[in-house]
Amino acid sequence: MSESAPINNRSESKASKRVTSFNEGTGRLAAILLSPTLIVLALVVLYPIVSALRESLYTSGTKLDANGFVVKGSTFVGLDNYAAIFSGDTGSRFWTAFYNTTFFTVVCVVLETVLGVAMALIMHKAFKGRSVVRAAILVPWAIPTVVSALLWKWIFQADGIANTLIGSQILWSTDGWQAKLSIIIADTWKTAPFIGLLVLAGLQTIPAEVYEAAKVDGASVLQTFRRITLPLVKPALLVAVLFRILDTLRIFDLPYVLVGPHKPSVETLSMLGYDEAFNTRYGPAAAYATVLFLYVAAVAYVFVKLLGADVIGEARAKLPGGKKKRRRAIAAPGAAEASLAGGQ
Amino acid sequence: MSTNVKVAAAEASPWRKWAPLVGVGVIVIYCLAPFYWMAVSAFRRPSDQFSNKLIPAPFSIQNFKDVFSGSNGFGKGLLNSLIVAGTVTILTLLIGMVAAYTLARLDFKFKNAVLAIIITTSMFPGISLVIPLLKLFINIKWINTYQAMIVPSLSFALPLAVWNLTAFFRQMPRELEQAAMVDGCTPAQAFRKVIIPLAAPGVFTTAIITFIAAWNEFLIALSMTNKKSVQTANVIISQFTGTTGRDQPFGSQMAAGVVVTIPLVIAVLLFQRRIVAGLTAGGVK
Repeated sequence: MSESAPINNRSESKASKRVTSFNEGTGRLAAILLSPTLIVLALVVLYPIVSALRESLYTSGTKLDANGFVVKGSTFVGLDNYAAIFSGDTGSRFWTAFYNTTFFTVVCVVLETVLGVAMALIMHKAFKGRSVVRAAILVPWAIPTVVSALLWKWIFQADGIANTLIGSQILWSTDGWQAKLSIIIADTWKTAPFIGLLVLAGLQTIPAEVYEAAKVDGASVLQTFRRITLPLVKPALLVAVLFRILDTLRIFDLPYVLVGPHKPSVETLSMLGYDEAFNTRYGPAAAYATVLFLYVAAVAYVFVKLLGADVIGEARAKLPGGKKKRRRAIAAPGAAEASLAGGQ
Repeated sequence: MSTNVKVAAAEASPWRKWAPLVGVGVIVIYCLAPFYWMAVSAFRRPSDQFSNKLIPAPFSIQNFKDVFSGSNGFGKGLLNSLIVAGTVTILTLLIGMVAAYTLARLDFKFKNAVLAIIITTSMFPGISLVIPLLKLFINIKWINTYQAMIVPSLSFALPLAVWNLTAFFRQMPRELEQAAMVDGCTPAQAFRKVIIPLAAPGVFTTAIITFIAAWNEFLIALSMTNKKSVQTANVIISQFTGTTGRDQPFGSQMAAGVVVTIPLVIAVLLFQRRIVAGLTAGGVK
């Protein structure tokens, strides 16, 4: 592991300064204790990604070379797989999948966020039946995506309950806009409550005094929401939204089971990659996977940079007052931020 | 919280009083109605499959019998799911607990970087991990084995567990180990004898969340297997053809869905407080 060496060096030079510290000689210990996790992740995440990059430059299978000889095994083709992705028939398939992936991500995440925040606000106001709601909200989250995909396929049957309720004869899971809509509905159902749960947890860290002060100052409900609730709940919301975005970008189970493979209206990049790999075209499959990986990484980077999503609680760990006061700061994180917000 | 109650009570116009309760009702229905429809459809007679009545009449468990009796291999699928998800959970906890404790307790340079790397790994799209691993596993003849499903599953399970456990360990006062070490324990002993027993609730919470995530996994299990005898329940359900050769065996699929989901729903009902605490630990606190 590349991490272990620097960790060692640094801490040894540091250790002499804090001989009496509880954390004496921690660098090496940390490296040793972290190595199993980092080795496993290197094997199951780093290796596949590097290998996919390499694989995407090769093509496998039997081919004829320039002299008419049969060439077996992998041949280095440079960026051909990538060039093939963006052009011709595969090109249009790729751009459709790319569009679908992006479309689902934007629409689903926006809907889920709006619904989730609304749910969280309602739950925050309700004092009865909270545990019932909390249990109910976890049900869609706990149901395997495959099962929920089948469930929605059943609901969206031609003579299923959805058509009965709205009195129409829509062929939902065939293809076209209605197939897209069925995916959006199913995905929103499954994850909006989850966003609601995370936002609710964020809401509960806001002390009631802040709202009382706002009321005394004569703030309207809307003002209170925009100026107090939203800024204070933003860290929790951003993390939830980031996770949803990354999750929806790799969406596979839901369209694959609800509508099925080879349906242009719902085919996503993950499905495209799976399809290629399933047909043992590993080079192009790896190229698709790499493109998706880069797309996800870029979106995550932009999201974290632009909006400052604080995934690991870094900002709060660096609160003024240092490490010793941290526990107290965590006990009332809302209070510190609230006073800032109140001063605006 | 109590001040909140007073504020709400002070201005208790009927609308203010009832609106949240109505809202709660809407949320509960929103969350549970589709699930209810799955259960209801599962308990219809196969011949009533397309009935849209809200209560199955006559009530029948024929669909469940079909699911387990047929050549689906569904029973074996459940066992496979249990083996795969169980092993993933145990491995993840064994490896992740040590890492989480280190990240929560020891101060070293790059700590945030390491934590960020670990979390980031859980965000990579499954398909970019599965395709290279698929080729590797074909070469080393791992296709249709449990380990071919277990090992890739660690890619999302391990970061999730480390993240959860780190948040949990951080909440435990440092004085615990310090006291143990004053009494003559080494740090390793302090961890084994003091922390692990006290961490049991957090570890349990993480175990539930990891297990649910692993139980729900589909892409890896679908890619790494093509034999029914090793496929997990999720893959088998998605490829159901039913026992009677109907085109769409929705009755059996719903029954199988209920069977797969029931353990999770029971876990959620029993441990909802813990699960919520675990899910929000990393993200919110």
